[in-house]
Amino acid sequence: MTPEATPPASAAARDASAAPVPRQQVLVLYLAGSALDSPVVGWSRYDGTGRTSPTTGDGDEPPYESGVAALRDGWRLFQAAQLIPPYPGHEYDVSFLKHEFFFERIVDVREGTGA
Amino acid sequence: MENSQELLNSVRMARFVARGSLQLDAVVPAEMNAEGLAVLAAGVPPVPYGTPLSEAYAKGSFVRRLLELPQVAGALRSLVGPEPWVDHHFVHIREPHGGEAQGLHGDAIIDVRPDAFDVQLMYYPQAVTLEMGGTLSVPGSHLRRTNESDTGRYQNLRGQDRLVCPAGTVVLLHHGIWHGGRRNDSDVRRYMFKIRFNPRVRQRRLWDTSDLHDPRVTAELDVMFPWYEGATGRLERYNRILLWRELTGDGDFDVDRWVTRVSNRPKETVE
Repeated sequence: MTPEATPPASAAARDASAAPVPRQQVLVLYLAGSALDSPVVGWSRYDGTGRTSPTTGDGDEPPYESGVAALRDGWRLFQAAQLIPPYPGHEYDVSFLKHEFFFERIVDVREGTGA
Repeated sequence: MENSQELLNSVRMARFVARGSLQLDAVVPAEMNAEGLAVLAAGVPPVPYGTPLSEAYAKGSFVRRLLELPQVAGALRSLVGPEPWVDHHFVHIREPHGGEAQGLHGDAIIDVRPDAFDVQLMYYPQAVTLEMGGTLSVPGSHLRRTNESDTGRYQNLRGQDRLVCPAGTVVLLHHGIWHGGRRNDSDVRRYMFKIRFNPRVRQRRLWDTSDLHDPRVTAELDVMFPWYEGATGRLERYNRILLWRELTGDGDFDVDRWVTRVSNRPKETVE
């Protein structure tokens, strides 16, 4: 494949008839338990399209009520937190949120294409 | 610094132990807030780390008068006792439509003292709207053993506190609480003045304990926050009970026997 065969993303963005320009959007949901259908207690978003700039403290309502609700809306799960037992002597320590689930959605960033 | 003080009662103290914060709305009078805006805009000269409070700010100075307000002085006395060290202070300014939101963080290095805590005072001389992006804090996060900005991945948590307050509000925070300045999307320059205090006495029964056995104390310590996972939320209560035992000296205090059943190791044998 020659370099000319794959136009850069910026060129593709100017030509809606060119090949799709996929970009990843990432959603992180923190759930109340280790089951994917348990309620959302926290969330973060990262947008590879550059169309939005999610940030800390930008909303009080979660985008979904559970991890399964995100699946039903088309998000693809690609990572869930492992279940790791507490180290001896640290059974009562509280630290990071334990039940972290990463989702992705692929978006075509050519002008006028879907969000 | 021993002027009139309005000490916290046990119910409010228990609320601080559970939430990690205490908000005193509009306790600073309007004329002082106008003065405070000018003082903060001009900058407050630094104070060497570890200066005793009575030596840190000149008599009659704005900061001294702020800290002598009865509700502020009483809350500080209740939480850290007399003559704390001034750890450091800082004027935070967020320009209109400027800056990025800070990631959630705890200040300084990881601090896991089970029987003591520092307090951070935050003073807001102007009314803070949601759009102005005041301080974000997460109720009940202060006992989590996380280091500084390692929590930056978390953007939003259910039940988070996006500060909105009237002018002259003072917030007191446990040093471990997850917090961060939100992005300022307004047309207004936003000010906040922070002072961190280190206790110099044992933080035991420093408040008005006449209501120590009020059932509302237990209710405050038993609260669950919407962002807690089910299992870890129970551990939060366990750790809170241990802190309350330290603060009161009551080694038998408990809520729903969470600690009692765990520490139950009978020594008597059956003949």
